[in-house]
This record gives sequence, C-alpha cells and structure tokens, in this order.
Amino acid sequence: MLKKRLIPKLQMRAARFGTTKRMVLVTTVGFGQSTEIGDPVSQAKIYQAQAADELIFLDLDASREHRDTLTDIIAKAAEEIFMPITVGGGVRTLEDCRRLLNHGADKVSINTAAVEDSDLINMGSDMFGAQCIVVSIDYRKTPDGAYEVWTRGGKINTKLDPVAWAVEAQKRGAGEILLTSINQDGTRRGLDLELTAKVVGALDIPVITSGGCGLASHFVDGFLVGKAHAVSAGTYFCFKDENPMQTRSRISNAGIPIRLHT
Amino acid sequence: MIGIVDHRMGNLLSVFNAFEYLGADVQLCSDPRDLEDAEKIVLPGVGAFPDCMKNLKRLGFQETLNRLVLEEKRPVLGICLGMQVMADWGEEGGEHRGLGWIPGRVVRIKPDDSALKVPHVGWNDVHYSSKSPFFQGLPQGPEFYFVHSFHMECTDPAHVDAWCDYGGKVTAAVRRENIFATQFHPEKSQDYGLKIIENFLA
Repeated sequence: MLKKRLIPKLQMRAARFGTTKRMVLVTTVGFGQSTEIGDPVSQAKIYQAQAADELIFLDLDASREHRDTLTDIIAKAAEEIFMPITVGGGVRTLEDCRRLLNHGADKVSINTAAVEDSDLINMGSDMFGAQCIVVSIDYRKTPDGAYEVWTRGGKINTKLDPVAWAVEAQKRGAGEILLTSINQDGTRRGLDLELTAKVVGALDIPVITSGGCGLASHFVDGFLVGKAHAVSAGTYFCFKDENPMQTRSRISNAGIPIRLHT
Repeated sequence: MIGIVDHRMGNLLSVFNAFEYLGADVQLCSDPRDLEDAEKIVLPGVGAFPDCMKNLKRLGFQETLNRLVLEEKRPVLGICLGMQVMADWGEEGGEHRGLGWIPGRVVRIKPDDSALKVPHVGWNDVHYSSKSPFFQGLPQGPEFYFVHSFHMECTDPAHVDAWCDYGGKVTAAVRRENIFATQFHPEKSQDYGLKIIENFLA
C-alpha cells in the first residue's frame, strides 16, 4: 500500500561570512522575520537519519546572483542523501530546471514563474516528465474568509483563487502541488485544513500541504481532515524537540499508512 | 569496475552517487567499449520505453549488452526503465520490441481502485521472494520509492522476484540467472535501497 509522506522543508537564505556568501538554513514567520538555524546539508543528513520520506530545499531569496550557490548545495546533498529531493526558489526557465535536475534534484518547484509565465509548466512537464514538476502555491486567507494566491515570496497578490489555480496547474502538466499557507507559516498553530481539503478534492495529482505544523496531531489532521498525500514542515522540525521518527509513530498510531523505518 | 550505461536517458548522478557512497569503483560508460572492463553492469533509465530502445541501438549499446549479459553472463542490475526494456515488448507509445532478456510485456498499470492514480509515485511496501539474494538482510515488507506508469508482466511467474500492491499486483523486481532489475529506485530508497545495491555488489 502506498504510504503517506512526511517532508521536511529546508528554507535557505544567503548570508555573508566575511567576504563570501553562503546559504544558511532559516525559519520564517508569516514569510517575514527569519531566524538562522545552521547548515542546510548537515540538517538534511540528520533528516535522512530520521527517515524523512523526501526533502524540499527552497531558496527564499530566489535571486540570480547565488544561483550557483544553490546548485552547489544540491550537488553536495545528493552525494549523501538517498531520497527524492525537490528544489525551488527562483526557478524561472527550462534551463533553471535542467541545471537543478542535473545536479541531483529529482523535482523542481516552480512558484512565481508558474503564475507569470504559465507555459513553463507545460514545457517543463513535456521535457522532463510531469513527475519532475511541482507547482508551489503560497496563499493568504482574507479577513472575510476568501483565499488568494501570492507570489514573489508573499509580496504580490495575484488575486488568483488557489483552487482554480491548482486545477489550471494540473491541466498544464504539474505532477504535484505544494501548498503553503502564509498566515499559518511559522505559527505552529496548525495547517489550513479547509483550503487543503478543497484543493485535494479538486485534483487528481498528489498535494503536499504545509505551513503551521506545531504538534504531531497537526500532521494527523493534515492527512485525515485535509486528505493531503504529504505534509511538509520547516519550523516544526527545526525548533521543537521532535523529529520525523517520533512524528511518524504518532501518525501511524492514528491508523495512517506511513513508513516507520529507514 | 562497475559500469553504468549512460544512454542519455535521464540523470544518472544519483545512481552514480549511491555506488560511490558504498565504496564501489564505478564509472559512467557513455561508449559501449567502456563496458568491456566492467565486471558488473548497471542499466538505469528514466523516460519513455521507445526513446530508451532507440538510444540503446543508436549508441551501439544493444549489441554489446547482449553479448556481455547473455553470452558472458556478467551480472546486470536494471533500474526503473532500465528494467522495463529487458522485456520482449513494451506498449508505451505504441508496440515496441525490448531487449528480450526477460520473457514478458511492459503494460500500463491499471489499479482496480479508481482512487489510485497513475503514475504510481511514492513509497510502497514490497513482497519479495525469500530465495532472492538481492533482498537478503532486509525485513519483511520493506518500502521502496517508485515513480512509474508502466510495469512488466512476466510470462514466467518464476522471474518475478518481488511485487507490490497498487490496486493489484505490480511487478517490483525481476530476476533471471545473472539478470536482476527493480522497478523502484534503490538509489532513492535510503538504507533499504542501499542494501539492495550492496547485495548486488557482493
């Protein structure tokens, strides 16, 4: 039986060390205030030891200037990480996709460019296979309960409806959707189950939901109430005295099929 | 030396990295002549069946592989599409002849439960033959990482070394003499996957 997936998210920013820049692992709250955690590759190795099912690496700065730094990190991680790796942040062209896939990424996550240049989804899916193309959707809930898709790291309101946009992305060839609630990001108050369930119900492809996990029960809710195929979390695994291994026992105890060992 | 067939079908870096991680003397072979020195051969592959067969022919691999694997009996490990092309026929993108090393056909997965989507992507638990040398040292029902829409139906059930359940039986590994192949990706399946590669190296 196919298992549900637990996916640590490694968010990175470029930080200056003397005269050089390197990528550091960070966590954010509401896509704002970020806290440095450490080295992304070391953390990835820990997640591997704790039997994470996949990893997502995201470059929050998404800038052209440290494109090579990101590629280096993926290449370094791929030498020792033997599980599927998704990479995102600043993926704008087919060439960006190809470069990351050639350096060890199994899938690329496209966010802003998917909205601004939607043909990239079709072209990427045709060229590399749908299973390589993850469309990442960041959304905010408005005070009156509506949902809107935001791009450029949560700075631009596209006014798109996340459900309609996910359906469109699937039609264009996305192999998977990664949902992130900006309101819930880093709050540890729980996932947005309402929007997750709506998107899962509207699609045939797998949905990864994220933003807000603070307790093991939040993951359980994501699977049972949100019906998500996978739950991703960053802050939860970085700060709490919790790890993927303990969390998956809790998920398993709730009757959800999940891997229990490496 | 372990020779990985580089037939320009997908990224071979992960496969290479996994062998190197285990301390193997491994080499990407982009020319069939590079395979002559290989004690063991790895045939990976991501993409479509007809493209893979076309590349194996065009680059001159088919003849060399037939000789090394069928006549000289060198051990070979097929992965994903590399397993599928070992069958007689594939029905992806029309009817196409495969290498014909394992009697059978590669057909689209048809789960009997409409909630199960194709491609079959993710971690699934595998039931393996207790006689298989390649699954030695693994617990019952180990999970491996799968990404595929087609799978091999073997003419002789004795060639099925492992299967998994995805709305019906899906062939997860095949074995015949010096030939072993997995539909899942051992190089993406953490410790269990590395164990399979280790068993192939032993």
